[in-house]
Amino acid sequence: MTDDDRRGPALPSARGPLSAAVTAYLRGTGPLPAAEDAADAPPYGDDLQLALYVCYELHYRGFSGVPAAREWDPDLLRVRAALERRFLAALRADTPVHDSLDDALGALLVEPVHGTGVSHWLRDQGELWHLREYAAQRSLYHLKEADPHAWVLPRLWGRAKAAMAAVEFDEFGGGRGERVHARLFADLMNDLGLDTSYGRYLDAACPEALAVVNMMSLFGLHRALRGALVGHFAAVEITSSPGSRRLAEAMRRTGAGAAAEFFYDEHVEADAVHEQVVRHEVIAGLLEEEPDLAADVAFGIDATGHLEDRLGERLLDAWRAGRSSLRAPLAARETAPAPVP
Amino acid sequence: MPNAPCDPPGSARPDAPRRVRVQRLGPILVDGPVEVELEDGTTVRSDRFRVALCTCRRSRRYPWCDTSHRRRVQDPPS
Repeated sequence: MTDDDRRGPALPSARGPLSAAVTAYLRGTGPLPAAEDAADAPPYGDDLQLALYVCYELHYRGFSGVPAAREWDPDLLRVRAALERRFLAALRADTPVHDSLDDALGALLVEPVHGTGVSHWLRDQGELWHLREYAAQRSLYHLKEADPHAWVLPRLWGRAKAAMAAVEFDEFGGGRGERVHARLFADLMNDLGLDTSYGRYLDAACPEALAVVNMMSLFGLHRALRGALVGHFAAVEITSSPGSRRLAEAMRRTGAGAAAEFFYDEHVEADAVHEQVVRHEVIAGLLEEEPDLAADVAFGIDATGHLEDRLGERLLDAWRAGRSSLRAPLAARETAPAPVP
Repeated sequence: MPNAPCDPPGSARPDAPRRVRVQRLGPILVDGPVEVELEDGTTVRSDRFRVALCTCRRSRRYPWCDTSHRRRVQDPPS
């Protein structure tokens, strides 16, 4: 009997010395990187972000052939901590944080008349291949949608915990497996001819997409960052509803398919409720218990904006130049068509 | 959790008044599931744990809120 994970995705290809050493260590074929090596790696670069992503993934589904016990390997955790310090220091230094939590929330609660973000662009001129790339990049999160936020539940009490659990219950399908949001996203990917296997697009994803998911895991796995996790979650829920409407319009206009439209239509309505609950219950409840966390909540909101802006620029730069935003372009159809009976 | 033969104190009883949250700018929040009767006599339902009902009449998913009540601002200079 072995404790290796068998069903997880394959380990990704390395993107530099840190990710090469971490994946070799997990394969049992090489030593870990020295913790000092993380200290001068580019904090948002391919190599550090992938190495960190691989470390975090051991807390979710792991990788095929890697012992499940590696999740709590103290040497690996030491390396992960060095990667996290570098990433978090960059987030703290580079994020323009609002003066107050009210200002940070207020900036999200208005809509630009025109808008220049990725969802605006996709609504107005996105073609099917852009939507497929967008879904492949986002699949790193959406195939484990709401999982990183579940880590915060034991770190909240009372009103904040009850409300957070209620929103998570909704994200996890309200008790029905076929309505789990990760499952709805797999249905969207299927409409777009993408492979729905968990972790399938890790090799293809750009470092800006990895950084967004790494931030969630970082905030979720550290109790000390519970305020930032709540802020991050609020930012996602507040911006999701109007963004999802634009993406649903893009799916309709390009004829992407019924499940592709439904995923975003569902988020328009669900997240219009969630943002109210997160603001009035989760944030208010948390600050009632721990008023000192207000600055961390604001940091979580603004760090999310900072990393989402970087991802948006990366995607639009590529698409405006007619290039793929992925590290490996997609095949016309990523899965074999269903067999004809 | 322990088996509880009766509701704990303070829990919502069937005859307890239903709490509705109103706000000057934004939807009415009510605990779900709800059934809403529209002007044309048709009814729509939502089984969410909480439901946001549009009050600004701008929602494209009326009677549900879709955040269309939000203030529109000029785009920031890029």
